Amino acid sequence: MAQTPFIIQEHQFQRMKAVIARLCVECAARVVFLVDRDGQTIAFHGEIGDMDMTSFSSLAAGNVAATSSMAKLIGEDTFPSVVHEGERESIFISVINRSLLVVVFDERSTLGLVKIRAKRASYEVAAILEEAVNDSRSFSLSKNSAFADISDDDIDSLFA
Amino acid sequence: MTFINYASREINCKIVYYGPGLCGKTTNLQHIYDSTAQEAKGKLISLATETDRTLFFDFMPLELGTVRGFKTRFHLYTVPGQVYYDASRKLILKGVDGVVFVADSQEERMDANVESLYNLEDNLATQGYDLMKLPYVLQLNKRDLPNVIPMEDLTYELQKKGEPVYEAVASDGTGVFDTLKAVAKQVLTELRKS
Repeated sequence: MAQTPFIIQEHQFQRMKAVIARLCVECAARVVFLVDRDGQTIAFHGEIGDMDMTSFSSLAAGNVAATSSMAKLIGEDTFPSVVHEGERESIFISVINRSLLVVVFDERSTLGLVKIRAKRASYEVAAILEEAVNDSRSFSLSKNSAFADISDDDIDSLFA
Repeated sequence: MTFINYASREINCKIVYYGPGLCGKTTNLQHIYDSTAQEAKGKLISLATETDRTLFFDFMPLELGTVRGFKTRFHLYTVPGQVYYDASRKLILKGVDGVVFVADSQEERMDANVESLYNLEDNLATQGYDLMKLPYVLQLNKRDLPNVIPMEDLTYELQKKGEPVYEAVASDGTGVFDTLKAVAKQVLTELRKS
């Protein structure tokens, strides 16, 4: 593994959930996701219904990865946001350093409202994520009994 | 990059299947998907061309079980193998925790295997990874075909650092899960060490 694992602690997770829950209400969104740029869902709030969150997060990350590369090819550093407008539902993705704030909204909201509210929320989320990244670097897994106690038998049992 | 969520008690890791075009990367994932219980897998997403060649990536989430109270989930990706999709391969490698290199055992595909392996090392280096330090498994696929290079010769040419080498016939599942288990074990062992 080349990099330190990205570790989200309970209190940071709860703070992030509170921010995206408030964003979901303020911009009348259907659902708000916070997704790692590698495609992992960090947190979400709203009406998931039967949406496949895991696939959605992975595709959102792939989408942003592709469009970011396109941006570089035309001389831009990145596209800080990506919008997909559908007939009934739309998606707004805001890039926040290593994460993506993804808002799915319908006719109950507007793109303008989502952009304004998401901008404010993104500052708050960025601060929490930066704290999590910094803590990850200094967080020693070996000091945590949950990982220190993992034995070869524990790993083998996953494949039994 | 492994993602650990203490609130939801989850460990999420990313494994990428790499190799030249038509070597069997997507076939590996397809077999894993078809053979896994419903509750342990998500959807298999394939972003492919009209002729079923991988265009961007295939993706499948897999839940292996619980270790010390943490759910272990692996996100399996394949890259497009055709040479001109290199930009996409670079993107898919971001955040990788473990790599499976799928080699095509056919004699006429040897150059493609070597080129793809160099490409893997280059693209990993671009992302700041060192193949020598990354969990890594070599799969020698298509062992059922008549014109295959002997195992010893293929291993000599392609093995990089004494990594586990598995024979496979991905089309019927032979060696597919052995390969996956090997790389997943390496990833979890690395996590424990770190």
